[in-house]
Amino acid sequence: MLELVNISFGGFNGRVKNKILDGISLKFERGSFTVITGSNGSGKSSLAEVIVGIKKASSGQIIFDKTDITDKTITDRAKEGIAFSFQQPVKFKGVTVYDLLNISNGALMSETEAGRYLKKVGLEPENYLFREVDEKLSGGELKRIEIASVLARNAKLIIFDEPEAGIDIWSFEKLTSIFKKLKAEGRTLIVISHQEKIFKIADEIIMLEGGKVTARGTFKKVLLAAGEATK
Amino acid sequence: MNLTKEEKQILCEVADIFEVPEGAYNFRINGKSVGRKSTANIDIQTKKKKSGLDIYIKANTKGETVHIPVAISVAGLKEAVYNDFYIGENADVTIVAGCGIYNCGEQDSVHNGIHRFYVEKKARVKYIEKHYGFGRGVGGKILNPTTEVYLEKGAEAELELEQIKGVDSTIRKTRAELKDDARIIVKERLMTHGRQIAKSVYEIELNGKNSVADLASRSIAQDCSNQLFKATIVGNNVCRGHSACDAILMDEAEVHAVPALNAKTKEAELIHEAAIGKIASSQLTKLMTLGLTPKEAESKIINGFLR
Repeated sequence: MLELVNISFGGFNGRVKNKILDGISLKFERGSFTVITGSNGSGKSSLAEVIVGIKKASSGQIIFDKTDITDKTITDRAKEGIAFSFQQPVKFKGVTVYDLLNISNGALMSETEAGRYLKKVGLEPENYLFREVDEKLSGGELKRIEIASVLARNAKLIIFDEPEAGIDIWSFEKLTSIFKKLKAEGRTLIVISHQEKIFKIADEIIMLEGGKVTARGTFKKVLLAAGEATK
Repeated sequence: MNLTKEEKQILCEVADIFEVPEGAYNFRINGKSVGRKSTANIDIQTKKKKSGLDIYIKANTKGETVHIPVAISVAGLKEAVYNDFYIGENADVTIVAGCGIYNCGEQDSVHNGIHRFYVEKKARVKYIEKHYGFGRGVGGKILNPTTEVYLEKGAEAELELEQIKGVDSTIRKTRAELKDDARIIVKERLMTHGRQIAKSVYEIELNGKNSVADLASRSIAQDCSNQLFKATIVGNNVCRGHSACDAILMDEAEVHAVPALNAKTKEAELIHEAAIGKIASSQLTKLMTLGLTPKEAESKIINGFLR
């Protein structure tokens, strides 16, 4: 469903050429659940943003559902069925949670319908639907609304960038059950994470270091490879 | 009432009037009153010595409305109108004003509206004022509103002031004086484009014990337009005052924000916030990941911001 062919991305850090992604080639099957992990600066978020179209690869090709989307815009990729949950949720003055869910869904939903997406992330619709997505909400609330907005897209491929960041333990449990349900629905998931609990429910783990894939496989296999590497 | 298509459009834009409204009203079209109705509790009278109205609202009047829209469809008309509102004790009413100018000529059309509100003890007034201009003439569409609000003990005023489209030049002056336990809430929404100029000047005096003011202005400046927001809150007693100016800048536009706080006693709690900037790229990106084009995303952000 998604194929990355020799993807590189980099800019200049001062005078030094800084390759953030270095010739990455990966395939993600339909309905698969993959976790991408690695240390800070390993290129995880950049890889996600290249797939979504926020960053443009300096070389390589991206194939999604047999279509070459390398030169497509963020909007076009979203319309093709790619959704992205931001690590840092974006705030909007004047835009309500209901507005955001409707934009995300692409159609005007009833309040009950929109409320269902909030319930999925553990928020009571009556308390949140008509609040603005702004700084009056806590970081955890914004994060849950961010996830709800992505769920409302009903996308084929959903990429979550550190969805666990800033949410409490209860919400974290909810999050893992959301991933399981999305997988059961046949959606393809790519989750950037550092959380072992998420590794354990994923089909496979990809380890990135220095913009390159250093390990790929089941949780145990990647853990073993990581252990060998540190010896 | 025989109204032109343009006059109907103005009434619709500034006061959501599609037919004769319920309650008291006065329609002013091209400098003349063309329709008026008083009610048992709301008496609208013509001023004797200058152009305008005296509007008397009886004590304990609840849930009634007054519509006093103004439309100018003649190029070159210049007018100053003085409307005074006397709102009796314990009343709770909504006043819908607003002015629109259609100008397809070469001369400027100008409306200077001076509204004064005398709000008695424990009365509450909601005042909605929209300004709008259209027409392809080179003559200016100029609106200069002055609003003065005098709140007695425990009285409340909520002002919704909106200018979204088509007004070439505006100088808005809003002044309020509050006694004990009085409260004023002001929400201003403003959008300028082309070479339009808009100045908003607020002076709020918190004279009474436990008086409260909350002033929030949101504006968008597009093209080469220019805006000035100047808000002064004076705390003369145990009081709370808050002013916030949020502006989105686009193209070559300019916004100047001058918030001022003047605390004359240590019991006064006064806060101001001002933020001016372009639309955040993260906002556009987020909406694009939800399937909107950059134009659609910008429009959603603007419409939400000005809501």
